[in-house]
Formats: sequence, structure tokens, C-alpha cells
Amino acid sequence: MKCQACGSDEVTVHLTQIVDKEMHTFHLCERCAAEKGLQKSSVPENFPLTEFLAQMEGEQPSVEAETRPPACSYCELAFSEFRESGRLGCPHCWSSFETQLRGLVRRIHSGSQHVGKVYLSPDPSTFEREKRLGVLRRKLERAVELEDFERAAELRDQIRATEPVA
Amino acid sequence: MSETRPIGEFGLSWLDASGEYSDIVLSTRVRLARNLQGHAFGARARVNDRVAVLEQVRSAHGRADLLADAEIRELARLAPRPRRILFERRLVSRELIGKKGTATAPATALVLSPRQPLSVMVNEEDHLRIQTLLSGLRLHEGWNALDALDDELGRELPYAYHHEFGFLTSCPTNVGTGLRASVLMHLPALVLTKEIGKVLQGLAQVGLTFRGLYGEGSEVVGNFFQLSNQTTLGKSEEDLVDHIDRIVRQVIQYETHARQVLLRDAPSVTEDKIWRAYGLLRYGRSVSFEELMNLLSGVRLGASLKLLPGLRVYSLNKVMIFSQPAHLEDAAGRDLSPAESDAHRAALVRRILTTEGVVHPDEDIGDGNGAPKGPG
Ligand SMILES: [Zn+2]
Ligand SMILES: [Zn+2]
Repeated sequence: MKCQACGSDEVTVHLTQIVDKEMHTFHLCERCAAEKGLQKSSVPENFPLTEFLAQMEGEQPSVEAETRPPACSYCELAFSEFRESGRLGCPHCWSSFETQLRGLVRRIHSGSQHVGKVYLSPDPSTFEREKRLGVLRRKLERAVELEDFERAAELRDQIRATEPVA
Repeated sequence: MSETRPIGEFGLSWLDASGEYSDIVLSTRVRLARNLQGHAFGARARVNDRVAVLEQVRSAHGRADLLADAEIRELARLAPRPRRILFERRLVSRELIGKKGTATAPATALVLSPRQPLSVMVNEEDHLRIQTLLSGLRLHEGWNALDALDDELGRELPYAYHHEFGFLTSCPTNVGTGLRASVLMHLPALVLTKEIGKVLQGLAQVGLTFRGLYGEGSEVVGNFFQLSNQTTLGKSEEDLVDHIDRIVRQVIQYETHARQVLLRDAPSVTEDKIWRAYGLLRYGRSVSFEELMNLLSGVRLGASLKLLPGLRVYSLNKVMIFSQPAHLEDAAGRDLSPAESDAHRAALVRRILTTEGVVHPDEDIGDGNGAPKGPG
């Protein structure tokens, strides 16, 4: 790989930046990175995430101070610890920091609403079942479209197994 | 109690190069991140959290048909070398094996299916990382297999799931589907024609990211690039997989086109590069892993272009895995110094290339048809 600024072979810095709400990755040699004010050591492994977190902080300092959430009631992780590590402490953190995480997740992903697989807990409610059935029916349509009949047969079995017993 | 069962053939089925485009796409890996309710995530988990998670997985895996006869290997009970072998086969992450020689975190484990290329990492950053590793470009197949195993495990295990955010993970970059699909590609012609920068920049714009061979933070060596999805939430698993599949096929087209350009505009330079790489591998007496990867890149290109007849992609895949340090030590039955390792590596490569049938440069250069002699 060549440095995108000078063409040198010694690319050591992979920089992800958000420009106009789009993610761009740049590959630079150490010298060019230094010229752009980036030290190799200032680029941690989970770089895009810490970048997002830093941006959030920069944009809303006052709001941040007022709405600093209390630590997670289950695992006692403070939001500031999450900021540093980029890792949450437990599933309950997602509820403890819901507002902050929703904002972050919207920046990282294409939205905050999960539209994939619906988890069917060992004792599912009717609502969960219906949601799950919706996803399975969508998959079935797709399998039929692609003429993947083996998959379609599996999906029909799954739909039958998920439908409430009448 | 220590674990003495050998690692065996686990995680090697992709080497057979049976998948689509397997000369350019070495492997497809798909993984799902899952966590259990009521326990702290990896980094924050206490020993009793970790033990409880492993116990739940133990009792669930017995009831999952897709994990029939699966083995659970607790990493703390493995000696350092087998642990490194698992890492070199990309079955466990660097985090899971611990630093060389040091003890791993308690209750980290790997569930290995003997019949199918399915495995589950337990107690890494997330409680479960369900994964598959397949030859060539087989994203849909990989996702379908994981989907089925995930259904089975989900019936037994109380997953942490949120109506809005989906499957909850330790890192917000994995939340939602928890799905990361990565395709390991060999793109020498794009590098040689200097088109690679544009391609990689394009990837970032369509939500794909790339890394080196060993995942996060690793450098690109030997023109091997791992492409994967950057986002995991807001799209269904099928849409994510479809999207990557489409992009990867496009990159394959670019690479194929760049190869034609090389053969058209610089045939003698290209042939020279390939034969030199072959010569060094065939006759060298000491080779570092990094040098090997670079030479392997040339030879792989030659095999794919049928300039090196009789060389199977399978053999090149085998060289790549078995020439890694822990694999070499395993074959030697003892620890090896770096210099010894380089010598053993060169010997292994010579042996494999010799048994690939004899390639005579004089017969193959300039005859213009380049027909393969052995199995392609
Ligand atoms: Zn530069
Ligand atoms: Zn928590």
C-alpha cells in the first residue's frame, strides 16, 4: 500500500475521518501523518469509535455536563469509563445510558433501530412471535425469489414451528 | 487438569479451495456476537460471571444438533503452543489466547464442531462469538449456517436483546445484528498497477473496512486484504451480506481486470516476478514469515494465471497456515528460535513445492498457451 499523500511505501497510519457525514479512510506514511498532526501513538485500535466519542464530547460540552448519566446500576460502570475504553460493562448499560448510546449508535450505523433477526426468548410473548414471523416470511419470499427451494422449505418449517398452536 | 487432546484438523477445511473464486478469495468468515442476560461483558466480567457463562454454554451446546459431538477446549488448560495454533488458524482472537506465555483469563473457551466449520468463542469481549470459516466466496452459505446455529443456541440461552438496539454487545460498533462478515482477498494486481488506493477508498465510502491477515490492527502483508462490513445495525443480516457480496464481486472484477492489464502491458516483468518468487521458495534455505507471504503472493498470482502449471491453490493455502511459528514448532515437536523457524519454514515450503510435481520453467515460458498440467 502507498501513502496517499506522498506515495511512499511505508504506510503506518490508517485514519478514519468523518467528512460530510461520510466515513473516509486515509492511509499515510508516518511523516505525512505527522505533518497532518497525527502521531502513530495517538491512533488507538478502536480508532473510529474513540473518534466518534471525542466528537460527541466536543460538540455538546454544556449539554454533556448537565445530562451526565449516573453509573450503570447493575455493573457500576461510569459513562466516563465507557468513553475511555469504548466498551460497555454489561447488557444493562444499554438501558442506563440509553439516550447517549442512541446518539452514538446513530452516528456509527445507518440508524438506531435493529431490523434484523428477532430474538425469540425461551418463553416468547405473542408480540415477539409476530415480529419473528414477519422476519421469517420476508426471508421466505426472498428464498423463493432466488429459487433457493431447499432454504424455502427450511423456512416454512421454521414458520410452522413459530406459529402459535391453534 | 491440563488438556492434552491435539488440535487436529479443526479450522482447516477452508484450505481445500473448494469455494467460488478461491484463487482470489481465500476464505469467508462470518461471526455473530451474542451476550447473555445478567452477566457483565468480557473486560468487566468477574470470575463468577465468566464461569456462569461457560456453564450455560456447556449445558446448551449438548442440546444443539449443529454442535453434535462438539468439543469444548478451555484455553487456560491448553499449553501455550496449542493456544497459538488456534490463533494462527484464526479460530480465536489474540485477546483470547493471552500474551505469549502468560495465562489466559479464566473460563475462556472455544467450542469446536468436528463435522462442520462452526465454532464458538466463549468469554471474549462478548460472551459468545459464533463463527464459521469457509473456502472462497460463500457469504450467504456462511450466514445461513450461523443463523441456524444461533436459533438452536438462542432457544437454550437467555440472550441480551433490546427491542430497539437488537442484540446487545460490549462495543457499540457490533450492536444490532452482531454480524461481521469478512472476506480474505488476494489483490496483487491491484497493488502492482497502483489501483489499490482508489479501491480501498471506495470501500470506505460504501461502508466496508479492510484490515490485514490477523484482524484488527494488523498490517497488510503479501497483498492479502480482509474486507468486512463496518456497520451492524439498521440493515437486516441478509441485506448486509448481500451488500458485501456485491462489493466483493466488484473488487474481484477489478483485480481480474488489473491482471489482464499486467499480462498485456508488462508480460515479461510479470512473469519474471512470479518465477523469481517461485525460485526463492523452491530453493531457499531460510525465509521469514513476512518474506514468505510476499513470495507466496507472487506464486499465488502465477498459479491463478496458469503461469505456474501444476501448482494447486490448496497447496499454497497449506503453506500459508503450516509455516506459521506455532505450526512449525508443532511439527518439529519443540520450541524453535527465530533462525531455526526460518530454516524449518524454508524446508516445509520446499517439501510441499517438490511434491506438487516438477515445474520446468523452459517449458512454460513463452509458449503462449499456459495450459495447466496438473489439477488446477
Ligand atoms: Zn507520505
Ligand atoms: Zn452495566
